[in-house]
Amino acid sequence: MGDPKGFLSLRRATPAREPVNSRVQHWREFYTALPEHELSAQGARCMDCGVPFCQGDTGCPVRNVIPDWNDLVFRGQWRDALDTLHATNNFPEFTGRLCPAPCESACVLALIEQPVAIRTIEQAIADRGFAEDWVTPRVPREETGRRVAVVGSGPTGLAAAQQLRRFGHTVVVFEKDDRVGGLLRYGVPDFKLEKSVLDRRLAQLTAEGIVFRTGVNIGEQLGVDELRRDFDAICLAVGAQAARELDLPGRSLRGIHLAMEYLAQQNRRLAGDVIDDHTLIDARDKRVVIIGGGDTGADCAGTAIRQGARSVQQFVLIAQPPANRDNSTPWPLWPMQLQTSHAHEEGCSREWSVSTTGFSGKRGRVHRLHAIRVETRASADGQPRIMPLPGTQFSLRADLVLLAIGFTGPVPGQLFRDIGVARDADGLVTTDVKYRTSVPGVFAAGDMRRGASLVVWAIREGRDAAHAIDLELRASPARPC
Amino acid sequence: MTANAGKVATAMQRQGLYDPSYEHDGCGIGFVAHVKGERSPEIVRGALELLENLAHRSAVGADAETGDGAGMLVQIPHAFLWRECRRIGISLPEVGGYGVGMMFLPPDDDHRAEAESLIGRVVADRGWRVLGWRDVPIDERHCGESARATRPAIRQLYIAPLGVDLNVDDASTFERTLYVIRRRIERVTREASPDGRLSTYVASLSSRTLVYKGMLRPTQLRHFYPDLVAPDFATALALVHSRFSTNTFPSWPLAHPYRYVCHNGEINTLRGNLTWMRAREASMTSELFGDDIGALIPVVSEGQSDSACFDNALELLVMAGRPLAHAMMMLIPEAWEGDETMSAERRAFYEYHSAILEPWDGPAAMAFTDGRQIGAMLDRNGLRPARYVVTNDDLVVLASEAGALPFPADKIRAKGRLEPGRMLLVNTTQGRILDDVELKEELASRRPYRRWLAEQRVALPALSGETPIPAAGDSLVRLQRAFGYTAEELRMVLAPMATNGDEAVGSMGNDTPLAVLSDRPQLLFAYFRQLFAQVTNPAIDPIRERFVMSLGMNLGPQGNVLDETPEHARQLRLDGPVLTAATMGAFRAHSANGLRLRTLAATFRATDGPAALAPAVDGLCHTAANAVREGCGILVLSDAGVDDAHAPIPSLLAVAAIHHHLLRERLRARVSLVVETAEARETAHFALLVAYGASAVYPYLALETVTDMARRGDLAAISDPATAAVNYVKAVDKGLLKILSKMGISTLQSFCGAQICEVLGLDRALVERYFTGTSSPVGGIGLEVVAGDTLARHVAAFGATTAPAETSRLDFGGEYHYRIQGEHHAWNPASIATLQHAARANSYATYREFSRLANDEAARHRTLRGLLDFVPNEPVPLDDVEPASAIVKRFVTGAMSFGSISRETHQTLAVAMNRLGGRSNTGEGGEERARFGTERNSAIKQVASARFGVTTEYLVSAAELQIKIAQGAKPGEGGQLPGHKVDAVIAQTRHSTPGVTLISPPPHHDIYSIEDLAQLIHDLRSVNPRALISVKLVAESGVGTVAAGVAKARADLITISGDSGGTGASPLSSIKRAGVPWEIGLAEAQQTLVLKGLRGRVRLQTDGQLKTGRDVVVAALLGADEFGFATAPLVVAGCVMMRKCHLNTCPVGIATQDPELRANFTGRPEDLISYFFFVADEVRELMATLGFRRMSDMIGRSDLLRPHLTNAAAKARALDLSALLHLTRPGEQVARHHVQPQQHSLDGVLDHTLIELARPALEHGERVVHTLPIRTEHRAVGAMLSGEIARRHGEAGLPDESIVFRFVGSAGQSFGAFSARGLALELEGEANDYVGKGLSGGRLVVRAPRRALFLPDETVIVGNTVLYGATSGEAYFGGVAGERFAVRNSGALAVVEGIGNHGCEYMTGGVVVVLGRTGRNFAAGMSGGIAFVLDESNSFAGYCNREMVELGPVVDAGDRDTLRRLVEQHARYTGSPRARLVLARWEQALRHFVLVMPTEYRKALARTRQAEARRAEEGSRLG
Repeated sequence: MGDPKGFLSLRRATPAREPVNSRVQHWREFYTALPEHELSAQGARCMDCGVPFCQGDTGCPVRNVIPDWNDLVFRGQWRDALDTLHATNNFPEFTGRLCPAPCESACVLALIEQPVAIRTIEQAIADRGFAEDWVTPRVPREETGRRVAVVGSGPTGLAAAQQLRRFGHTVVVFEKDDRVGGLLRYGVPDFKLEKSVLDRRLAQLTAEGIVFRTGVNIGEQLGVDELRRDFDAICLAVGAQAARELDLPGRSLRGIHLAMEYLAQQNRRLAGDVIDDHTLIDARDKRVVIIGGGDTGADCAGTAIRQGARSVQQFVLIAQPPANRDNSTPWPLWPMQLQTSHAHEEGCSREWSVSTTGFSGKRGRVHRLHAIRVETRASADGQPRIMPLPGTQFSLRADLVLLAIGFTGPVPGQLFRDIGVARDADGLVTTDVKYRTSVPGVFAAGDMRRGASLVVWAIREGRDAAHAIDLELRASPARPC
Repeated sequence: MTANAGKVATAMQRQGLYDPSYEHDGCGIGFVAHVKGERSPEIVRGALELLENLAHRSAVGADAETGDGAGMLVQIPHAFLWRECRRIGISLPEVGGYGVGMMFLPPDDDHRAEAESLIGRVVADRGWRVLGWRDVPIDERHCGESARATRPAIRQLYIAPLGVDLNVDDASTFERTLYVIRRRIERVTREASPDGRLSTYVASLSSRTLVYKGMLRPTQLRHFYPDLVAPDFATALALVHSRFSTNTFPSWPLAHPYRYVCHNGEINTLRGNLTWMRAREASMTSELFGDDIGALIPVVSEGQSDSACFDNALELLVMAGRPLAHAMMMLIPEAWEGDETMSAERRAFYEYHSAILEPWDGPAAMAFTDGRQIGAMLDRNGLRPARYVVTNDDLVVLASEAGALPFPADKIRAKGRLEPGRMLLVNTTQGRILDDVELKEELASRRPYRRWLAEQRVALPALSGETPIPAAGDSLVRLQRAFGYTAEELRMVLAPMATNGDEAVGSMGNDTPLAVLSDRPQLLFAYFRQLFAQVTNPAIDPIRERFVMSLGMNLGPQGNVLDETPEHARQLRLDGPVLTAATMGAFRAHSANGLRLRTLAATFRATDGPAALAPAVDGLCHTAANAVREGCGILVLSDAGVDDAHAPIPSLLAVAAIHHHLLRERLRARVSLVVETAEARETAHFALLVAYGASAVYPYLALETVTDMARRGDLAAISDPATAAVNYVKAVDKGLLKILSKMGISTLQSFCGAQICEVLGLDRALVERYFTGTSSPVGGIGLEVVAGDTLARHVAAFGATTAPAETSRLDFGGEYHYRIQGEHHAWNPASIATLQHAARANSYATYREFSRLANDEAARHRTLRGLLDFVPNEPVPLDDVEPASAIVKRFVTGAMSFGSISRETHQTLAVAMNRLGGRSNTGEGGEERARFGTERNSAIKQVASARFGVTTEYLVSAAELQIKIAQGAKPGEGGQLPGHKVDAVIAQTRHSTPGVTLISPPPHHDIYSIEDLAQLIHDLRSVNPRALISVKLVAESGVGTVAAGVAKARADLITISGDSGGTGASPLSSIKRAGVPWEIGLAEAQQTLVLKGLRGRVRLQTDGQLKTGRDVVVAALLGADEFGFATAPLVVAGCVMMRKCHLNTCPVGIATQDPELRANFTGRPEDLISYFFFVADEVRELMATLGFRRMSDMIGRSDLLRPHLTNAAAKARALDLSALLHLTRPGEQVARHHVQPQQHSLDGVLDHTLIELARPALEHGERVVHTLPIRTEHRAVGAMLSGEIARRHGEAGLPDESIVFRFVGSAGQSFGAFSARGLALELEGEANDYVGKGLSGGRLVVRAPRRALFLPDETVIVGNTVLYGATSGEAYFGGVAGERFAVRNSGALAVVEGIGNHGCEYMTGGVVVVLGRTGRNFAAGMSGGIAFVLDESNSFAGYCNREMVELGPVVDAGDRDTLRRLVEQHARYTGSPRARLVLARWEQALRHFVLVMPTEYRKALARTRQAEARRAEEGSRLG
């Protein structure tokens, strides 16, 4: 498969990024796709492992059969590559853009070399598919007559809906927002995922016969009882968007926002929605501090930079990780190592080992941020603890503070009160291995079940839940009409 | 010999995994005859002496006095019998007027009387009378205890015709009547006593011959039967046999000779031969027998040895009126196909008879007689030795060894050896010796066979143009899905076949579950495993020795075996069994041409569910039987009718069910079965279809698939669909040859119906019904589950509810490479990573995480050991359990050659094991000398078929010498190290040339039989008496009896390798389809060894994917003393199971020689030590819970294991593991683990004397010269002395001719083996096989006695397989050598005056000069070294295999010098007249010399010369 000796001579290449000073001038994606021969060469670097760790527990969550399509790309069989990719992943164009690619850190070639550019190839296959019009509706061969409601139109809900529809079920997707897509729509900045990419996929889903009902918040616009009456099964996929809070002095000052408020608003602005001045969050000419070192923080940073921030700084609680994988996370585990994103190229700086202690304001608006340096030490019970370093307090000027420190679980609401599914202490919905909640006929998948996670996990959960629902529907007698 | 031990003495029944039908033996054979038929007691005396001199070729069992069997067949000693009978009141008629029966009767007097009265009635019924019974005098002191305990009553029965109406002059009719009487006696005594109490064995009943035999040692025969030494006991011929059996349980009838033959060898195709013989009985008619024919059926009695079965078949053919030699030619035809040197008549003879009888195939030296003629022949491979002499007083003596009956040189008129496929016949009535050609040409012209063939053979009409290929696309994919094709299979199995015409290669063994333990639907094929030859007969090299093999098949009804008519030839002959669309079309069109063909639909209604399969199969059988009754000669079983309503009947089930049904209906011989199926695609599938009765297979979907792949551009270089199809068929043919060859079978015709396989995971009742007679050691699933899997595939293809996206593509697969969606692999990302993390961090907690992954429920039910649970027992405190440091000493690492793995890896393993006190294994690639004696030295040195780097110094540097018979990944196959992997260091280590491909032959050319193995063990022990000698076998049904034989051959240690291990490159089909898990093989070996009382003498070791302490404990309870690990230590050292070992691209620096990649190696000895201690710690914890303080107490306690199937999948729950857990001889105080050292046989070997005599040279460097007599019992002469030299002086040895021994006489086997530098052995006389084996610098000279009457340069002087694996030294032979001269020579210089077949096979270095003729297939697989052949008749090119070598004149001055020097030396040492003649006319002779130069070698030499020139040039510039 591939070129058995390709890895010996070929070097890893990934798409070039548009220069910083030009790309921050716009909101579009800023990667220049690799030419076809270069993609083929990247495919040739795949070693066709006897045990492809990219497929293992620490590799691709959606179980992409990576060696197979690497080989097909190497051989120029793009259409077969697309089929092979679609066989495991409904939306490779999303993961190709957004996934942190645990497959690459688990890639066997990463043991001795730069890993295969798996994500790049994935995206190329998907984009090629759309460019060639190979992505067409796949209408089921026959209708089962069974009806499934999918609640939530994020990647989990979309994947579940598409799979269920292809099994021949009638599928209606309910979305509380005004547009379909969930976090893909409002959580991810355009420069990472242009919304046309989402829309072209939604066109396929619609053509396959999936019905989308937006602006319907179950429990409010539509009652749970009604839903249960109209559908044979319900698949909950509402995500885990309840943000983790920072309960510190001064948190109520204006100018301190949750990351998701900020990102969603920018997406709406780009979609043409008009935002009231008093709700507008704009970083133009501001000193922006983002609390939290994750991807959401980086998205905020990229957004702020594009909005014209005066400065952007990211505060991270943990110590700066090593530049390379260290012994605590040996291959093929996801490496504890410094991840540098595009936003850091674009001017976002990072402060490591800092803990924010509070905010002070001027005229009700945040003006300064107070923090202390910390270090990680083993505590008495042997567990590592983050401890403040006495005497290292400092404060700095901050005009806009964005909290990007994670999510706690699904947003509580009438839906949960009415539907009555069991949840754990963190508020996550509990299911068995077949995605069944405590309520018969109601299934749950995605972040609301496993906690906030990656897009690729969302797709996996949606697919698996759809499969479980399908098996259960087939095993149960049809309800009399 | 495979023996269904006869009822008469079947004391040992099938139990546990032991089955007496697996028994084998090997032997020594011989005869003495007077050409003119002069009878004398001297013939008997000579034969007895000959027999006693072959004693070392026999064996004794656990009871040292009980031999495996010895016997003699003589002419009726009339004078003696007449005198003896008169004494007891029996008056004998004239010679020839009565028959004598040698009867083994029930020992109990009452039963015997009853049996005798029954016999009397049989005789009377036939109109004959009993003249009387004579008690044969015996002396019971001269047999062993167990022989005594089971001894039958031995009496002679004398019978004669009643009146004068029977024409006594018609000797043939007389003998025929005796034959009928004997068959009736056998039947009547058997049927009258189902309990066996009257069972009677008739050793012989004839008016011409008489057999004396028993469970005796060769030296006991003359004492046990005093008759034999009576002064008037006279015969003109005597046939003798001494037996070496894996069987130690007493069986008197199993001794040879039988009534016509004695046999040294093995009929590998016995099952098929018996089946076809039974099939033919239905159509047997003969005027000679008339109504008596019923008495002859079954022709071959149930439950006998293969040799006895052969004897029965031969007897039938002879009794039907064919000459003895004619019948032998039918049963064991020589390799006639494609032999242009054979006369057309003779080829026609063979082709004609191939329509009547398939060969009884397997290694065979047969000596045979009817009392008038006596002869011997070898099978086509000639793998058993046979040498003969003719004296000037008209004696002919033939024996397995030359010199077995010594004669003074001036009495010998001629000597020779039997050549492959050749026959020697002495006609005592005509008083002459017939040579092979004369004899066979005469027989071949008895009838106009050539004309009969020309007139009757059915030919296929000219093939009709282009192959019709159905449309590809969705319908193709759907069909592929219905038959379970996967994308992986297309890419990894079919693509290489269609692209290169070769089978796909993979590495790192098999870590997927058995079919029955998989969750995924399986093809029926997947439940079958190929059998393979080990020890008792050799595998064949299907590439280098292709000419002995044939895939030819005959289709159409078979004629009456007792007759020969032109119509017998009325069959269609195919060159190979695979049909293409075009041939199938032609075939179908052929129906009109006489062989009526009918197609039967092998499908069942999918909608009727799994229960519909059984009735559908029954219906198919019924339809098939009717079609045959209606006169169809060919039935095509077709699944082409599969659609959304119809699912296929598994093709193997269809063909096997019909095959056995037709057999039961006595219709089988009237029809041939052709399978038209979408299912078959791997070579293993085709082999199974043929093994269960298919004569041809049309794999339409596999062909469509490869042609479609070609069109789609999936086949790299191949875009032409027709080429893809041709390549695919070629690959299947090659694969079939390989599968035949690994069992040592030469012809597909004999393989057909031979069922050379075993079953893993099918219900025994199902197997008995449809695959009758196949071994199924663990039972398994029934037909409904098979049907369920078929329907699951059907639904995946045609099911309405399957999403369209799914049906438009194939399943990914995951059988060969891990896929998370696919089959379970024991080595997966989690298990590999966890093990590596545990070892590198030295974390026992992480190791326990790993062992949990390997042992816990999810993984557990993927292996047989996982299905076993421990029986709760009283625990002991952990502290009381023996320390881990003691347990790790029982651990060894697997044999992985330096060459297949990198130096870094090889050394890391050695260092780790040496530090632990365990043992690492060199593998078969030799070892760098610098490592000997250091911490990097591998304790186990392997001796494999190629003998790479096996020098005397290598052997003496070992703590254990392991003879690798087979390896788990590809048992029965050879290997190849491609030239690009052979760098300078590896070449040096292997004594070869950089860049030149190295081939490992499938067999050891010095192990063709169990007695050969005993010889090799003796040789190695001689060289290094301090080392353990071990033998590595691979688990398969019957491995237990092989292990018993190996124990009797005095090995110290036996390894039973599982099928799943293996780290090297192998064909994928071999990795997956041959051998069985170690659990079964180990249990069978343990049970058999305990049963036979041999267990305590040997250490038993097992390996094959052992990973955890739990694995070790299960293995110990099943009987293992020691434990081998290979994959796990490699993983610890960094292996990530790339399965790329064959590509040299291993990214972690393990299985590669690329310096850049080797730099990536991160393995450390300390990690390995951590791992092994973790395993031992886990073992200790389990021992504590099981209540064992010492490991040795635990070994063999299979009663502490029980099946644990409750949570297993439904398929697994169907298994029956009771045979695996059977505790042999429960309650008895019998050794169940290693308790005592093996009984060695080095006392009294000649080398003790030689070492004493050589002491001045060894210790003080003084030159010693001595002259001594030598006899055949002196074996491996020089080996122990050479070991002594190497131990003291290393490879450099001593100065030339420091020690010179001159011998006079006939040397035993392995003369001069491993002779070290400084040792010169000169022999005046002759030598047997294996002269100069492993020659390591010494000089050997063998020359004819000066007083010899025969022409030395035309007379054989040394036997077969001379200079096998020689690495350096010189050898001069003043005469002709046998087959395989200088096989695998890698450095020795040798001169000889003529050689047999396969000369210089696989040679990689050294120089061979042949001053005379060579046999066929010279230089096959020769990749290095050079040969000079004196080709005076200008015919050598026709005898040379030119695939790897070029022939040319000797022009190079250096070559001329080399040649001249060697011929001069030859003349000097041997006094050869021929050499003198050549030297005298040197320039003229030079023109007749042909230089044989391997192509690769020439290029490599040129490269070296260029490099040297460059260096010299650079040097001079610098200077």
